Amino acid sequence: MAVLEVADLQIWDSGTNQCLVAGSSFQVKAGSCLAIVGESGSGKSLTCKAIMRLNDSGLRQSGEIRFKGENLLALSEKEMRQKRGKQICLIVQNGMRAFDPSCVVGVHLLETIATHFDWGRDEITTRLTAAMESVMLRNPREIMNKYPHQLSGGMLQRIMIALALVLAPDLIIADEPTTALDAVSAFEVVEQLMALRQNTGCAMIFVSHDLGVVKKIADEVLVMKEGAVVESGAAHQIFSKARHEYTRYLVSNKLALSQRFSQVMGGVDVAEG
Amino acid sequence: MGRYLLKRLLISIPLLVLVSFCTFCLMQFSPLDPAEVVLQAQGVPQITPELVAQTKAELGMDKPFIVRYLDWLLSCLQLDFGHSYVTGKSVWSLLGPAFVNTLKLTLVSVAAILVLSVALGVICALQAGKRTDQAVRAVSFLLASLPPYLLAAILVWYFAVKLDWLPTSGMDSYKSYLLPVAVTTIGYAGIYFRMVRSAVLGNLHEEYVRYSRACGLPERKIMLHVIRNSLQVTTAVFCMAIPVILGGTVVVENVFAWPGLGTLSVKAIMSRDFPLIQAYVLVLAVAFILFNTVSDVLQAALNPKLREEL
Repeated sequence: MAVLEVADLQIWDSGTNQCLVAGSSFQVKAGSCLAIVGESGSGKSLTCKAIMRLNDSGLRQSGEIRFKGENLLALSEKEMRQKRGKQICLIVQNGMRAFDPSCVVGVHLLETIATHFDWGRDEITTRLTAAMESVMLRNPREIMNKYPHQLSGGMLQRIMIALALVLAPDLIIADEPTTALDAVSAFEVVEQLMALRQNTGCAMIFVSHDLGVVKKIADEVLVMKEGAVVESGAAHQIFSKARHEYTRYLVSNKLALSQRFSQVMGGVDVAEG
Repeated sequence: MGRYLLKRLLISIPLLVLVSFCTFCLMQFSPLDPAEVVLQAQGVPQITPELVAQTKAELGMDKPFIVRYLDWLLSCLQLDFGHSYVTGKSVWSLLGPAFVNTLKLTLVSVAAILVLSVALGVICALQAGKRTDQAVRAVSFLLASLPPYLLAAILVWYFAVKLDWLPTSGMDSYKSYLLPVAVTTIGYAGIYFRMVRSAVLGNLHEEYVRYSRACGLPERKIMLHVIRNSLQVTTAVFCMAIPVILGGTVVVENVFAWPGLGTLSVKAIMSRDFPLIQAYVLVLAVAFILFNTVSDVLQAALNPKLREEL
């Protein structure tokens, strides 16, 4: 059964009437991971924000987005707000900018959980601490009292994952979660995202242009180019026998790049390096 | 935070000394001889060089420059700013009450400016580009561009003369505050709310707002975070508005016959009452430094990054 079904999603700029995403359709099966790949400006992030109805007011969208059978576009703003976080959880690209810079990160975590659950402060802290420990964050209580600029990008990314663990949503949208990170942190974050799926059994949309990571995490892949879906299918199929020329171009580029990288690194596995 | 406060206060001490020195020098550079001014003010018919020399000795002006400065500084620290050349009264007895009166007017105005600027700024930012925003900006532009004396005259004519609701001048009851505060507030709030508006607009486009929304936080909670972050930029401006208004009430005070610093300083300048002018300049300069410090401390309280820097 599909958790999310997107049918004929169109996004356009109401000011200039420019079409940004032209009628894309796809679905995410329960417990599976769909990767959306493509170059910058191909409409990947816009699609994610459209699902959460978080695009800027100047952007309009049409089509149908069914989440567990319910059309999200027909919901009131209040009903939509109750879905955000608790049922559909977003993990954003830049952890450094995802938290209020003048509050310690714990404030956002506590506020979010208190919004969705009737737990007492102690219970929230206990659950949060356990979640943070499970994503390999040492001294969770200390971390909760730190400001975003005192933590690293990888840590902030893992804090977002820990929050998702506590909220236990049905769908997680990870919008380029590794792009702003160095190779080692990116590897750790991907490991944690995979563990998160395993532990909660949630479905995931994973947006990235790093095909190496996509190959590792995705069950299905959606390739976007200039606002249109050019190809979709099972991950192994896309990587072995892509039908569309653009997909082959992406895959071959990635292979060439990783071969070159391996040569430079002298055959050392990137993840271990 | 305590450490920051201590360091920031220590930094202002040399600044205060420098300012007092500059104030003292400024008066020394005046082409007028203070002794002559005193004699003129006392109505002495013929000013002879002997008389000038004698007065100079009485005023202690025959001593070396640096000694005079130190003497003056020490007495200033005890709030003894000397005596007025014109009336002979102690400067503090003239300046103190006037300062308090102006401070009252300033604080009430600043409170009104703060409330109005933040409220209008936030509303306009949330309604950016819509009718409310455009209307508020147009009206404020019109009002803020009116010179204060004209605005004061219009308000007096309408509220004090035509409707007879408020007194035209003086400082008798809370009603006396309304018109002068309105004139001051309209001028400054018209400028400051734009700063709040653009700061809020900037923050609304920050990634943390989007992430908070994605986490399902209610808009009013998100707005509290946005306002807190937006105020960091505007805190400095609001704090500095206090000394700016303290020193800038001349027009308003004269129109409404407010017995404050503005009225007093103009009188002192007209009659070349050196000790009074000197004390006035010093008090304002100290106010600038004081509120600059307050602004820095407030900003540090709001912004954790700044706290670590010092």
